Amino acid sequence: MKLFSYQRASSVVEATALAAQRPGTRFIAGGTNLLDLMKLQIETPAHLVDVNGLALDKIEPTPEGGLRIGALVRNTDLAADLRVRKGYAVLSRALLAGASGQLRNRATTAGNLLQRTRCPYFYDTNQPCNKRTPGSGCSAIGGASRSLGLLGVSDACIATHPSDMAVAMRVLDAAVETARPDGRTRTILIADFHRLPGATPHVETVLEPAELITAVTLPRPVGGTQVYHKVRDRASYAFALLSVAAIVHADGTGRVALGGVAPRPWRVEAADAALPRGARAAAEHLLAGAKPTEENAFKLPLATRAIAAVLAQPRG
Amino acid sequence: MAEPRDVIINRRDLFLIGAGAGVSTQIPAQPSAAASSAPASAMQPAALHRVQMNVNGELRKLQLDPRTTLLDMLREHLALNGTKKGCDHGQCGACTVIVDGRRVNSCLTLAVMHEGAGVTTVEGLGRPGHLHPMQAAFVKHDGYQCGYCTPGQICSAVAVLDEIKRGVPSHATADLASVPLLSAQELRERMSGNICRCGAYANILEAITEVGEGA
Repeated sequence: MKLFSYQRASSVVEATALAAQRPGTRFIAGGTNLLDLMKLQIETPAHLVDVNGLALDKIEPTPEGGLRIGALVRNTDLAADLRVRKGYAVLSRALLAGASGQLRNRATTAGNLLQRTRCPYFYDTNQPCNKRTPGSGCSAIGGASRSLGLLGVSDACIATHPSDMAVAMRVLDAAVETARPDGRTRTILIADFHRLPGATPHVETVLEPAELITAVTLPRPVGGTQVYHKVRDRASYAFALLSVAAIVHADGTGRVALGGVAPRPWRVEAADAALPRGARAAAEHLLAGAKPTEENAFKLPLATRAIAAVLAQPRG
Repeated sequence: MAEPRDVIINRRDLFLIGAGAGVSTQIPAQPSAAASSAPASAMQPAALHRVQMNVNGELRKLQLDPRTTLLDMLREHLALNGTKKGCDHGQCGACTVIVDGRRVNSCLTLAVMHEGAGVTTVEGLGRPGHLHPMQAAFVKHDGYQCGYCTPGQICSAVAVLDEIKRGVPSHATADLASVPLLSAQELRERMSGNICRCGAYANILEAITEVGEGA
């Protein structure tokens, strides 16, 4: 690891101020992704601000009947929370489908949203990668792209967002609450949080420098049968080749989002509307404009089949 | 249950004995210290941070380069070599220890992030003559071949049984409203973060099941 300075923050104000004072600062919470990348020198922050002492580890009801999940709530605790299991089962299911028990014990809600792609070329510092080294080129296009994206991708980058949790958050219409160094706070809809790569794949979210996620909020529960269906190369502890987060009501209406296919959780309004007409109809809208490579074109029929598998589940 | 035979000489001692006897096997004196923990001469020296934590029931006070992972602290600074460095990237689980009652990958966390924490390693679970039931069950069921992943497997397994007892759900839990079962399916899923290159999974499963059923 490159040398860095380390400081513990004891408040949101202190954390954002420290980050604002020193360019090259990264916040560290669980560290399960950041430290991995620092060991490989893909991330080389000059300063680390430890935010684990910020008391953002509570899950509280909101006045609107939803939940406010503190940024530091660990994935294990969020998945196990009885209110989440009952009202937002798709979120519990998505979290439990991700990583390992050890990693979920450390990984946080905010960190999960901010984790970086597992594109093999992003991880290989000997290869060009526009996300890691802007302007260096993309080795994935024309390379080993089986696991990579086909929706929302650009000529500069075809990486996917690796999170399972974020796909469930997207189908639940979650919102991200942040604080900035000047004390201002804002709420960003999960739909707007992750940016598409375009010509700048290294800019992955709409967060400003030194802006800190403080919580993720969920609207009141919408009921329905909630399913997270993850397709991967082994039965456990593997990233998604493709995943489906869905909420389906008894009358066949509902919501659906895809993971493992795009730089952000992929949800299309028209696909939700088409859901009562079946998997093929919904998939047609979700996959509109897809730009598959030869190696990942299998994800197109897989998406339809995975949605069909979700719709075939018994609905209560 | 018969008490398994306690191993008196461990692998490290054996290497040291071998080296002392002039065996020609080439073993670097400190294979990983320079790369991971102590700054090499060409690198800037780091400001050391004071950190204290309770490790296996003992208060330990250290001054550490902030880059020191919890794993390197245990192995290189406290000589607790039971915890193993496998991949060093959170993929294999060999470094699993229990921090404040929860299993974590000690390779993916900095020691300075654990001021005041309580850490239990495989050495803290049991000692020769006083093995933890999980350690004894691994011996009884032959839950290893080369043994490199075993300390991580054992720490993980102890925490898994606690997670099931506390009702923490897993990907294998059929009904999120129900209490998770002590089933093979549950244990396999929950242990998926611990890779065994020798493939001792079947025996590991037997060992954990026996301890879980006896608890």
